[in-house]
Parts: sequence; structure tokens; C-alpha cells
Amino acid sequence: MLRLIGRRLLAAAPGLAGVIVVTFLLTRALPGDPAAFFAGPAATREAIEEIRRSLGLDKSLTVQFGLYVRDLTRADLGKSLTTGQPVRSDLISRLPASLELTACGLLLAVAVALPLGVLAATRPGSWVDHLCRMLTTAGVSLPIFFTGLLLVYVFYFLLGWAPAPLGRLDAFASPPRSLTGFLLVDALLAGDLGIIGAILRQLALPAITLGLFAMAPVARMTRAAMLGVLSSDFVRTARASGLDRRTVLVTYAFRNAMLPVVTTLGMVFSFLLGANVLVEKVFAWPGIGSYALEALIVSDYAPVQGFILTMASLYVLLNLLIDVLYGVIDPRARIEA
Amino acid sequence: MNRTAALWLLLALLLLPVPEALAQSRSETLLVVVELGPNSMDIHGVGANRPAYQSSWNLYDRLMTYGVKTLPDGTRMYDYSVLKPELAESWQIAPDGMSVTFKLRRDAKFHDGSPVTAKDVKWSFDRAVTVGGFPTFQMKAGSLEKPEQFGVVDDYTFRVAFLRKDKLTMPDLAVPVPVIMNSELARKHATSADPWAMEWVKNNDAGGGAYKLESWKPGQESIYVRFDEWKSGPLPKLKRVIVREVPSAGNRRALLERGDADISFDLPPKDFSEIAAAGKLAVVAHPVENAHAYVGMNVKNPPFNNLKVRQAVAYAIPYEKIFHSAMFDRGALLMGNPIATNTFGYDAKLSPYKTDTAKAKALMAEAGVPNGFETLLYFDQGFATINEPAAVLVQESLGQIGIKTTINKIPGANWRNLMLKKEMPIYVNAFGGWLNYPEYFFFWNYHGQNAVFNTMSYQNPEMDKLIDAARFETDPKKYADLVRGFTKLAIAEVPRVPLYQPNLDVAMQKGITGYQYWFHRQLDFRQLSKN
Repeated sequence: MLRLIGRRLLAAAPGLAGVIVVTFLLTRALPGDPAAFFAGPAATREAIEEIRRSLGLDKSLTVQFGLYVRDLTRADLGKSLTTGQPVRSDLISRLPASLELTACGLLLAVAVALPLGVLAATRPGSWVDHLCRMLTTAGVSLPIFFTGLLLVYVFYFLLGWAPAPLGRLDAFASPPRSLTGFLLVDALLAGDLGIIGAILRQLALPAITLGLFAMAPVARMTRAAMLGVLSSDFVRTARASGLDRRTVLVTYAFRNAMLPVVTTLGMVFSFLLGANVLVEKVFAWPGIGSYALEALIVSDYAPVQGFILTMASLYVLLNLLIDVLYGVIDPRARIEA
Repeated sequence: MNRTAALWLLLALLLLPVPEALAQSRSETLLVVVELGPNSMDIHGVGANRPAYQSSWNLYDRLMTYGVKTLPDGTRMYDYSVLKPELAESWQIAPDGMSVTFKLRRDAKFHDGSPVTAKDVKWSFDRAVTVGGFPTFQMKAGSLEKPEQFGVVDDYTFRVAFLRKDKLTMPDLAVPVPVIMNSELARKHATSADPWAMEWVKNNDAGGGAYKLESWKPGQESIYVRFDEWKSGPLPKLKRVIVREVPSAGNRRALLERGDADISFDLPPKDFSEIAAAGKLAVVAHPVENAHAYVGMNVKNPPFNNLKVRQAVAYAIPYEKIFHSAMFDRGALLMGNPIATNTFGYDAKLSPYKTDTAKAKALMAEAGVPNGFETLLYFDQGFATINEPAAVLVQESLGQIGIKTTINKIPGANWRNLMLKKEMPIYVNAFGGWLNYPEYFFFWNYHGQNAVFNTMSYQNPEMDKLIDAARFETDPKKYADLVRGFTKLAIAEVPRVPLYQPNLDVAMQKGITGYQYWFHRQLDFRQLSKN
């Protein structure tokens, strides 16, 4: 197992190197001029040149790239001009927010989609099946920002059930001491149950928005995989041998249907990290998606590069995790790898 | 079942009542929702954005501040003709009019408890004129250029020597830039590469203003608490102010209407007009002083180097329609007048321009282009809610006189770049100046020094002479003539067509009192209270 992980990480290295080169070149190809933007409204040409020099943008591309790589080896991702902070500390403080939200959204999606998919597969053509079809169609066809705004309008503005869409925590609540950056984990570690309620309330609507979006592919995939497995020979044999329904369904059928579902889950998770940008905008969620978008608009190179690099590394880790999970679910996958 | 129990626990947590303490602190805390937060606590910092002015204004004191006046509609605004003591108790202009001596308050302290002395003032002013960029530029606008101008007489006496008699020198000492910093504290964090401690002051509070920085999460929120030992004015009512970033305009409005947020500047004109009509919240509106939105044309290159073509454009533009559909009538129509309605020298009769398509067509024929031409129309996407409808209306009306335009939306970073290059043939934009003097506005926008805001590249020695003379003219009659002179010239040569003067609107809960308009268009926490 450890060898597999090591090999996979090594194999990812060239890919990451490619990401570093490409993002560097792409950000430089953006039409804007960060020096002109950050020199402020009343700047003269000289003032802008001064800023350009202080940002190191007057040097040749190769020299700039060399400096960038040198900084990377020191784990220095540069400085964001938009927030005025080092990109690394910005990402460290914002990544947990995005991950926490995405994980909760995915968890919700799985909690609803898996049973729904299984039920739909065992009773094709029934009302459960139709419900499943309806939900999945709605899930993929509603744009994510629209669902978000609609939920805010109905549950916050009209009904007043949900708290104000003010980010991760009510403006007047005091956050738990930050250890991991994941508010739920921090609150549990601090043993502060009161605050957990507040955190969950803030999380509910954005997580549901993401969950609705993620539910569709997971439910579809579960249903299809279960249908395939349920009509296979070994299930027929199991049924013929008189095993009870539960054992057939859960132990034999479901476990075998899990492989494609896990693959889909991995894809959906990476998908959600991207879709986050819009949800973060709607719910004032201080995640890395909205951070990168703001930076992109003002041609702030360092945060954009840092964001893409982080995302690329996350994808590598995610794919690795899925491969390991394969091995756990299906021992055959372990040998083939 | 364990799982069922866990589910119930989760539900119970969701339904927990909000703790009592929270409800209490709300009445003494102001929650401000903004689109964009500060990127620096130091107004002298490189690239400090506009929200950083608000942080700086509340964290730091200046030597003087402006008075307040009540307008006929009952709203309050700062009074640019009256300077009032802040950190300075009093001041005296020398008999020869070439210097001013300030007496500092003896009881004033910085947030760390150390006393405010003249050497802090000197250090802060030296910093502003030395670090370059925006602060140095703004100081220069008031003829404050060299550290040698600033002298410490004793611990509580500070002297500014004038380079020339400039009526903007004293007003310029009360704008957000000349803040007084805790020099001892800042120096501890200075290095040889960073002698002015720019790195440290950017993220920390070195002030002595009415509010202290409690916490700051860049890109999320900043929190300010009252400095109870503040002596430079009456103790503010609000104990705590939270400024939260909410990127979606719809949500900012929802938060205000639900009563969860207290106050916001950042809503589109449409929302302000609807909120004002609904009457649930208070909307206070002031036309922004010394500001206008305009259609600019590049006078260096064809086709707009032709005066007749520019005049044709000025007669083609649908002023009322733009004001109505882009601004929802929030502001004041200017119809080609370059000076704003509440700035010295405004005269509605000066501009002959109005929407007159027949006349515009005739002018196009006179210009030798009766069949028109094709060109590009630009605007800044960052202000698309206002710029986009305006640009579309301009495009439509120019189409009627044969000028076929293609609209180019430009994102933020590139817009500044294009303004500098001065190659956009025709564009929609706006400008506002801090100091409410017409010659100050003209200096930035019409002067041959060709500042970035003179995006038309308009250069006319006659214009420069009038602007320069007005700046140093002390005789009121002559001054008025000079202002009238350059205004008429700007209307006749029409390098840009002023459309309207925008409003500074703010929406707040009805229980909030004390709001006043400031030229920097940021919130002054000190004057507000919440019932």
C-alpha cells in the first residue's frame, strides 16, 4: 500500500511541474497590468514604473520564473495585492472553509443520493424511481448560483428560518479557538457545543445548494450500477440460495456497485471545489474560490498561481485516495495496481 | 438506534436558541456590510484601496477636521469652509502667511497609552511626503512636498512652513492622508530595507484615533472597538463596529431589509430607489461633490480630434434617458456642464447642449462626415450596473447620427491600463475629487499636465493658464472670472460630455442616527449611534 502511494505521488510530480509552468505563463498572458491597477487612481507613469520594479515585473519572463520557482522551494507563494497578505497564509486560512463546505455538501448528497439510487434500482418504474429521476434532472439543470439565491430568498428573506448569509459564522458570535481552521472540528475540540449549532445553521443553506448539485450524478450512477449488479449472475445465485433480501442487497449487490459510485464521488468532489466559487459568492463564504476569482479580475498573479497549484495538488491527493479506496472495496484492484 | 439519536442531537443543535449575550451586544455594535473590504490599515501603503481610507479615517487622528453643516433637507454633511481642531487644539498662521504653528492637545494618547507629541506628527508627515505614490501625490496637491517643511518646536508645538501661498494647504491637512502615527511603535518594526515600517503598519494599528483595531481578516471582515481614552472629540456612542464583506448585492439588500445588517453604501441605484420607496429603511442621499459621469473622447486622434464631431456627440446624447435608466434619477443632471451642482461656479445656463438629433446630424455634415464612421465605445466592467445601460443608450443615440460603435467592456486591471494609454476613442467614465474646488477638479481632468484622468489627452495652453491662475488667486471677483473662463472653454471645446452628477446613497436601519456625508465617501463611525 505504501509503495503504491509513493509511486503515485512520484508519478504526479511531472504533472505538477507542468501546472507550475502553465499557470505562470497563463497569468502573464492576462491582458491587465497589475502595476497600473495597484499604483492607485492618481498615479503617474513614474509611480507605476516604481510599482512595477518593486513587484519585480520589469524583469524578463525567464528571470521572473526563476524567482518564482526559488520562492516555491521555500514554500513562499508570493504576496496577494488584493488582500495585502502572503498568499500562503491566505490559502491556509481559506482552504478549510472551502473544504468544510464541500465535504458537508457531498455528505448531504451521498446521504440522500445513495439510498435514493438503491431504492430506485430495486423498484424500477415505481414512484421512488420517478422521484429519483425528477431530483436528478432538477439538480443538473438548475444553475448553482440560482439555487443558492433561491434558497436564500425563500429560507432567509421570506421565511426567516435560515440565518443571514454572512459567511461561516454570525457576525456577533465568537469563533472557537482556531486549531485546524475547520470550524466544526475546532468547536468539537474546544468542547463548545453551543457554537456548533450556530456553525451548522450557517452551513445548512450553502451545503444544501452544493448537495442538490452533487446529488444528481451520484444518484444516477448508484441507480445504474445497482441495476447492472442486480441483474448479474451472482445476485441471481444468491437469491436462489435463499439468502435474505438484506444480505443480497447490502453485502453482495451494493458492495459491487460501489466501485463506479466511488469514482463518481471523486469526480463530483473535484467538481464541487470548482463550483464552490459561485456558492461562496452568494453566501459570502470566505473560501479559496472567491479569493481566486477576485484576484483574477485585478490580474493579481500570485494568488491565482497559488490557487491553481493548491487545486492541482488536491486533485492528485484525491485521486490517490480514490485508488486506495478501490483497494479497500475490491481486493482485486489492489493486485492490479 | 444510535443513528437516530445522532440525528435528533443534530436537529436539537440547529434549534438551540441564540445566547442572550449575543442579543445584548447587538445594540452597541454596528454591522456594516460592504462589497469589498480594506487591503491595508495604512493609507500610505502601496495599492491601499478605497475601503482602506475608512479604516484609516477611524483608527487615526489628523491635526484638524472639517465642520458640519445641516442641509435644507435636514441631512448633515461636512463643511469644507470650516476647519475644526482634532489633535491640534489651536493653530496660528504667521503674519507673513508663509507658515502655520499648531498647538497639540496635551492629554492625547495613542492606543498603546503613549502620549502624542510633535515628533510623531513630524515623523508621520515626513512619511507621507517621502514614501511615494498616492500619499505623496495628495500632499503635493496642497504644496506639502518636503520633510524640511515640517518642524518640531517643542513636544506640543509643531510648525509647517509653506512653499508658496496655496489655499489648498490647510484643507489638505484635514483629508485622510496626513494621519498621525505612533512613531515610537512603528519605528520598532522598521528595518533598513523598510525604514517607514510599511510592512508592519499595513497589518497593525499604530494610531490614536477614536477606534482601535480589534481584528482583521483580509477579504472577510474587520472589527473596530471604541478607544475609551480618546480625547480629540466627544466620546463616540458605538462601542464596536463590524465591517463584513458580502459580495452579492442582492444579499446585502436582503440583510438590510431583514434587519440583520445596519448600514451599507454598496447597492445599485435601482435598489436604493426601491428601498427608499418602500420606506422600511432610511435612505440618505447626497449628490457627490465635485464629481461627474461623462462620455470622453480622444482629442488627439481622428475622428474625435474634430471639434464639430465632438459637438455632434454632445447634441446626440440622451441625457435624461441615461440619468433615468442607469441612475434611476439618483443624482443631478448636468447636461454638458463640467462643474457639479454643489461646487463653486456651477451655472446651469452655461451649457447649450441638449438632446437634439437634427442639430447633431447637421454638425456631422459640417464636420465633413455626413455618413458617419465606425468606432469603439469602452467602459469599466467593474461599474457595469451603471455603465452598461449608459453605454447602450450612447451607442443607440450615436447610431442615429451615423456613428456605429462596438461596445468593449473592460475588466478592472485592464481598465486602468487603458486609461493610461489614452487610446480609447470614446468611453463612459466618472471622476470625483476630494477637495471641493473647481480648479482642483480641472487640474486632474482638463489640465495639459495630462494626468491619468485626462483620458481625452486634452491639452490647451489657454486652459492651463486659467486653471493655474485660479489656484493661487486670492481676489474673489477675479477668481470667479477665472472659474467661469475655464468652464466656458471646457464646454466650447467639449473634450468630454458631462452627463450627470451621481449620488452618494446610503441605506440604514431607521434607528441609526448621526450619519453625515464626507468627501471621502466612507463611514465615520464616530458620529453614528444606534437605538
